[in-house]
Amino acid sequence: MSGGRGSASVAGRLSREQMAAVIARRLEAGWIVNLGIGIPTLASSFLDPRGGILLTSENGVVGYGALATGDGVDPDVVNAGVQPVTLEPGAAIVDHAASFALIRAGRLDCTVLGAYEVAADGSFANWSVSGDHALGGIGGAMDLAAGARRLWVVMEHTTNAGAPRLVDRCSLPVTAGPGCVSLVVTDLAVIEVAGAGLVLREHAPGVDPERIRALTGAPLALHRDLAPISL
Amino acid sequence: MPHRHAGPEIARSPDAALDGVADGASILVPGFGPGTPWNLLRALHRRGTRNLTIIANSVGYRSPRPDVKTIGDLVSDGRVSRLVVSFSASTRPSIPGPAEQAIREGSVRCELVPQGTLAERIRAGGAGIPAFYTPAAAGTALAEGRETRTFSGREHLLETALVADVTLLRARRADSAGNLVYRRAARNFNPLMATAAALVIAEIEEPVEERGAIDPDHVHTPGLYVDRLAPIPPAPEGLFAVDWLALRPPSAAERARGVDA
Repeated sequence: MSGGRGSASVAGRLSREQMAAVIARRLEAGWIVNLGIGIPTLASSFLDPRGGILLTSENGVVGYGALATGDGVDPDVVNAGVQPVTLEPGAAIVDHAASFALIRAGRLDCTVLGAYEVAADGSFANWSVSGDHALGGIGGAMDLAAGARRLWVVMEHTTNAGAPRLVDRCSLPVTAGPGCVSLVVTDLAVIEVAGAGLVLREHAPGVDPERIRALTGAPLALHRDLAPISL
Repeated sequence: MPHRHAGPEIARSPDAALDGVADGASILVPGFGPGTPWNLLRALHRRGTRNLTIIANSVGYRSPRPDVKTIGDLVSDGRVSRLVVSFSASTRPSIPGPAEQAIREGSVRCELVPQGTLAERIRAGGAGIPAFYTPAAAGTALAEGRETRTFSGREHLLETALVADVTLLRARRADSAGNLVYRRAARNFNPLMATAAALVIAEIEEPVEERGAIDPDHVHTPGLYVDRLAPIPPAPEGLFAVDWLALRPPSAAERARGVDA
């Protein structure tokens, strides 16, 4: 597994698994949820199977559970990242058009996606790193952004070069416009995106909120109940 | 050509099933990992057909296995002139995708489409609906210069139906009437693509059953859509469960951790 608690705690940054666990804890009982490729799909292994959350995947799997291992692997049952997953009792399989019909028509309470950038106005970018509109990886992100009732992003707080991924305006082509993202979980913080901009709700344990502000490319207000992320 | 309801031809091999697929053909290829017609893709690569238009979810990566050929291999080996996909570039910055250079140079034209829009355009193509509006991609760079219309105060983008010359399918079961059953998430784009091409060829995992062996309530694709069945030959020649993740090269981080491809 990447990162690992040891190296993550030295730097003060959460590992990918810890970020996935933060997401899993915030999903509410009764919700229908889609988890995107990467860190979001890891969250399925941190959910309580009896927690009343229904996970759907773009490929038509309605009702999957944790990542599958060993004898539990069925090569025909995979999540959005093509990782083998388990089917929960009561699961159903539909085709790709029916899968996106339920997404587009607003049946999802929440979708969690990875991103390159999130702007203070709630727009985000996750499909192209070039200016060439024929080159990229959109996958289901634009349909999910258009259809889900809530869109959360999980991503590293900064690029490998140390530049902020939370910005005033996206420098990359957007996946969806203003008002789309409502929550961002990073390896340093949990940030709410409200009408007025970014609000720091939780910070990584031992990381000074002022350091998080310095690594954020847009004004960052402090929530009145600002607290450390519980790990 | 016999009427389709007389039942499909049963080809003696995946290679024979591609008889008549010509240079310049447009081809619908299903698959999201599972549900990929691996045997027909390999036969298409072996056939050498060129100037293809491939409509699929993803280009994927070049296969490290000589016995498996991906859409990425077709592109890398110069067989493809046009792509309609939801992923044309690698999702991992440390590994370039096999079509990226060709798209940049212009030797391959690519239309990048949101995945749900791609599925619905194919569904529409098979349903006799020429176009529809969707909110996906409205307000993005993909909408520049395109026709939009506002419904209920929200901007929507006009999208047109997709049809093709050929569809390559992957099904679990078939009967001699051509009725198909897909298994689990291998269904994905298969039932949509089955309805949207002039020539529909299906590779079948299990031996073809007699007409009527599949309960009518359990048929996913009615046989009237299916022109040819290609039973998958026994392993090791036939490709059954192909581990899609193992076809992907390891990322820089995985290499650093010593994870094998």
